Amino acid sequence: MMQIKRTIKYEADRVRGFSDEIMSVSGCEQLKSCIQCGTCSGTCPLSIYMDFSPRQVMALVRADFKNEVLSSKTVWLCASCYACTVECPRQIRITDIMYALKQRAIKEGIYPKRFPIPILAKEFSEMVRRKGRITETLLVMRLFLKANWRAVLSSWRLGLGLIRTGRFVVRAERIERQAELQKMLAAAGNNNVRPTEAA
Amino acid sequence: MKYSYFPGCSLKGLGRAYEESLLPVMKHLGVELQELEDWNCCGATAYMSVDEAKAGVLAARNLAIAEQNGGHDLLTPCSACYLVLNKTKHNIADFPDIRDRIHCALRSANLTYTGSTRVRHPLDILVHDVGLDVIKEKVVRPLKGLKVAPYYGCQVVRPYSTFDDAWNPTTMDRLLATLGAEVVHYPLKTKCCGGSLTGTLPEAGLRMSYILLKEAVRRGADVIATICPLCQFNMDAYHDQIDRRWGPTRIATVYFTQLMGLAFGFSEKELGLQRNFIPMKPRPVPPVAA
Amino acid sequence: MKTNGKNGDVRIGFYVCHCGSNIAAMVDCPAVAEYVRKLAGVVVSRDYKYMCSDPGQELIQQDIKEHQLNRVVVASCSPLLHEHTFRNACAAGGLNPFYFQMVNIREHDSWVHSDRAEATAKAKALAHAAIRRVRFHRALEPTRVNIHPDTLIIGGGIAGIHAALLLANAGKKVTLVEREPSIGGHMAQLDKTFPTLDCSACILTPKMSAIRSHPNITLWTYSEVAKVDGYVGNYTVTVKRKPRFIDEELCVGCQECIKACVFKEPKFADEFNVGLGKRKPIYIPFPQAVPQVVVIDPDRCIQVKTGKCKQTCVEACADRHAIDFTQQEELLEIKVGNIIVATGYKLFDATRIPQYGYGRYPNVFTSLELERLVNSSGPTTGEILLRNGQHPRSVGFILCVGSRDMKTNRWCSRTCCMHSMKLAQLIREHTDADVTIFYMDIRAPGKGCEEFYDKSLKDGIQFVRGRVAEVTDWALSPEEEGKLVIRVEDTLAGFVRRIPVDMIVLATGMEPQADAQEVRRLLNMSCSSEGWFLERHPKLAPVATFTDGIFIAGCCQGPKDIPDSIAQAGAAAAEALSLIDKGYIEQEPNTAYIEEADCSGCKSCIPLCPYTAISFDESKQKAVIHAALCKGCGTCVASCPSGSIKQNLFEDEEIFSEIEGVLT
Ligand SMILES: Cc1cc2nc3c(=O)[nH]c(=O)nc-3n(C[C@H](O)[C@H](O)[C@H](O)COP(=O)(O)OP(=O)(O)OC[C@H]3O[C@@H](n4cnc5c(N)ncnc54)[C@H](O)[C@@H]3O)c2cc1C
Ligand code: SF4
Ligand code: SF4
Repeated sequence: MMQIKRTIKYEADRVRGFSDEIMSVSGCEQLKSCIQCGTCSGTCPLSIYMDFSPRQVMALVRADFKNEVLSSKTVWLCASCYACTVECPRQIRITDIMYALKQRAIKEGIYPKRFPIPILAKEFSEMVRRKGRITETLLVMRLFLKANWRAVLSSWRLGLGLIRTGRFVVRAERIERQAELQKMLAAAGNNNVRPTEAA
Repeated sequence: MKYSYFPGCSLKGLGRAYEESLLPVMKHLGVELQELEDWNCCGATAYMSVDEAKAGVLAARNLAIAEQNGGHDLLTPCSACYLVLNKTKHNIADFPDIRDRIHCALRSANLTYTGSTRVRHPLDILVHDVGLDVIKEKVVRPLKGLKVAPYYGCQVVRPYSTFDDAWNPTTMDRLLATLGAEVVHYPLKTKCCGGSLTGTLPEAGLRMSYILLKEAVRRGADVIATICPLCQFNMDAYHDQIDRRWGPTRIATVYFTQLMGLAFGFSEKELGLQRNFIPMKPRPVPPVAA
Repeated sequence: MKTNGKNGDVRIGFYVCHCGSNIAAMVDCPAVAEYVRKLAGVVVSRDYKYMCSDPGQELIQQDIKEHQLNRVVVASCSPLLHEHTFRNACAAGGLNPFYFQMVNIREHDSWVHSDRAEATAKAKALAHAAIRRVRFHRALEPTRVNIHPDTLIIGGGIAGIHAALLLANAGKKVTLVEREPSIGGHMAQLDKTFPTLDCSACILTPKMSAIRSHPNITLWTYSEVAKVDGYVGNYTVTVKRKPRFIDEELCVGCQECIKACVFKEPKFADEFNVGLGKRKPIYIPFPQAVPQVVVIDPDRCIQVKTGKCKQTCVEACADRHAIDFTQQEELLEIKVGNIIVATGYKLFDATRIPQYGYGRYPNVFTSLELERLVNSSGPTTGEILLRNGQHPRSVGFILCVGSRDMKTNRWCSRTCCMHSMKLAQLIREHTDADVTIFYMDIRAPGKGCEEFYDKSLKDGIQFVRGRVAEVTDWALSPEEEGKLVIRVEDTLAGFVRRIPVDMIVLATGMEPQADAQEVRRLLNMSCSSEGWFLERHPKLAPVATFTDGIFIAGCCQGPKDIPDSIAQAGAAAAEALSLIDKGYIEQEPNTAYIEEADCSGCKSCIPLCPYTAISFDESKQKAVIHAALCKGCGTCVASCPSGSIKQNLFEDEEIFSEIEGVLT
């Protein structure tokens, strides 16, 4: 049997106000003037893996298709290389828009399950909150445990290599005035960043 | 010449060879570096994905400490740190809402930041403050015949580059030429290495590193010079996985500071070169010039 | 004409216009009329739907007669549009037109506010100001200035050529000043012209020859305007003629000298072929050049540079003696009544977008270069060749290079879509190469242009909608080896593509000329923020400028194609003709004048006047203002330490009472 899928969108699929919300984020105002030229997608080294190209993301945001954007893989594939941002003929800060979308996807818990990238982001921020610094090897181990423990096994060679070259650090780095940092983070907003993985 | 020094987490971990080569080279050139007191993680791309305001606070704490400890320019070798610190500086200057939130957070720790700290990359400092002529004088073992592909990656040249062109940067090219190396025309010099995707989505991330390696080999390079710990890690540590997927592309990726150290006469060990997965091809070492 | 009423009393008629709903929707017009009716001196106060209509003007005339009005105030749109209309209505009613005052409650009020009550209050305040001010108006007579019948045209592209011929055919004398050694401009470099594909040279050359032979046209090529003095109708222009080291009268264009030059082979980049061909230091810019006179490039000629050449050219010229190395730069002065500026455009420098590889990859060309390549008198005699002499099997056109981009130029260059499709069709005609056009939007609104687009599609030209991100020479697959690879999102198909091609053509956009700002200053014109010369009104006065007697035509006003350039040239010529044939122009008497008794002769006003309208009468030791030169800017009035300069229509009492009116 041939599988078919309806792709039509109804007005009810739009989340009114979403585009205004994104465009009110500092640095994202220019999105209004996107001309859908595709320079961002053409420049992006990762667009070839994305379900929506960066250009399509701009169109979807502008048309208030919030759920489609936030659940897409695109924002998580963005490597923040800023290639699109410096090339866009309308000087739209696409990378910053991607960040604004990632933040909202995490906040609302809409992202692909067991997708390692948002998990990394959350583990990272949690480690910074607790220690003030990142110890990469420990971070990666936590990530693998959360996202895909089999990856630990397949990466044994990498681990061995790091040990051999003296780059495998097991003693956690930390700052002295951790309390000060936590106080500052708390003052910046009551946005709790404790990991709460969504379905 | 004195600078505050912000190593960032990577230079204490996977990228320790960067620090191991940067410090002796800077010292050799008479540049004094003072590690920023109780610095914290800049937040990198990952924190920015979670909470922009807090990410800004992380970076701002470092800027504020730097401003209060003498206000020297802040030498920032890691590309991600360079970007995040600069971005925060710009955001504070450009956007009142961000400025207010950050100032409020700083106040809670009795810190202040007026915006004066300059965030600078070692390449910038070496070429513009120290000067290529001074560097040239220190070269005792010119890198004659060594073909180097200069690789800048993303976040130093984009989007806040102040000292070089975003599309065709040349500071490292000129620096390497000063060391006596042959600089290979490398049009991928500002392409992305894959960033953290090498770990999280190897299919995509590793292929980006692979293309960089393959093209350097195709252009006849002996070695790739990089300015970022994450790029170095991606292009060095994943070789076996890249080889397994797309065939062998064995070429070493080293920090530009390591190449400087070699030209200045330091030993491989003094520069952390033993930490590479793919070692630099041994080359006939010319005797140290008198 | 009436002055004040019998007993010297002031009798004001006030009219507030609805302008359909333009004003009435935001301003309560009857309420404004009601308010004004009670003000001192007001005899009639009315609101009316369209004051500028015939019945509206009729109303004013009737009231003047019936109510013995001696002042009129109309509150409506901008004086720029209808001051003239209402002044004429007053005059027709028997009132000196300068007893009239206009209040702008549309552009200054109804169009820019959103609160009806406040907008109405503002309209009342503005009306009150005018009522107070008009009381002090005096009867004035406009000054008359005679128009010199000759015209100067700057720039000999198609626009300048067309305007010159129209005026000359109407019997008027024209001087055409062109910077380059030949006229023709960009059109001379084109092969065929869209949308009809007629040969550019075939339609241009006859017009160029006509310029040369026309008894009413003086052609000065290799020349530039150095100085412009005077005012509408009476400009004195200094033209700098660069030495071409050839006597234009004696040279017959036989080109023996070129053959004889000590440089045996052409060696220097030839401007006409955009550097794709070579020329000698002594050359004719192109076969159809007008004038057919050789020129010597002072930067290349050994004799000019060092004085130590065998001068084989002089030998070859023999008895004609047309070559003259003693020629010096000349400054010539002419008098004209009108000036038409047709200085055209320059092309965007493609190296500013390094991603597209121009200057780095030899087979990346600009579209103007391609025009030369497909032209049968071009450097390849019409063969489309790569730099290595081979035929391209595939060609990609990249549109909007430097245009529609905030980082370079924001505007659309208007002809690139069309000329790219033209060149693509020509390539398809000459070769069997695959041609792909990469575009953001195809803009083909001109007559016959959409049909031309359709023809391009039917010709088998591929269209990919997406702004090209990058052109590279690194290959990811065997078919990409040795090719230029275009990376682009095919936004309609919905994925990113890598497309290898042999040749790339960049449709570089149009930019204002490099010296546009200097020309602007020279002629006292304005420029838009982008640097194009500014027309007086975007719709109603598209070729006039803010300086009377100075007109613009062609691409110096903004990007456009040949038909539009010609249309503007015709319009500019007609504007000049209408001034010339009328013979005089009436100027607004809002000029400054000096109360001689009060002038202390300090001369401080003289250097301040931007129009050099003030001189000094040594015998009287007083400053004198030349009314025809005065533009009424008021600079001197404000600066005079003894307060002895006054300005018609801006007397102190008028301004102060106006301010009082606003504030009450
Ligand atoms: C590649 C290409 C292809 C095109 N193809 C077509 C086509 O097929 N059909 C079409 O309709 N249009 C086409 N166009 C557009 C066409 O070129 C213009 O519409 C037309 O040339 C404009 O004429 P112009 O006289 O305004 O300006 P120009 O042709 O630029 O002429 C201006 C003249 O003024 C002179 N000048 C400049 N400054 C001074 C100065 N300060 N003093 C004295 N002289 C000065 C210049 O030397 C020049 O001779 C094409 C354009 C390009 C770039
Ligand atoms: S490059 Fe800019 S204008 Fe073009 S599609 Fe992307 S965001 Fe829109
Ligand atoms: S910043 Fe993100 S979206 Fe933009 S080009 Fe880089 S990876 Fe693609």
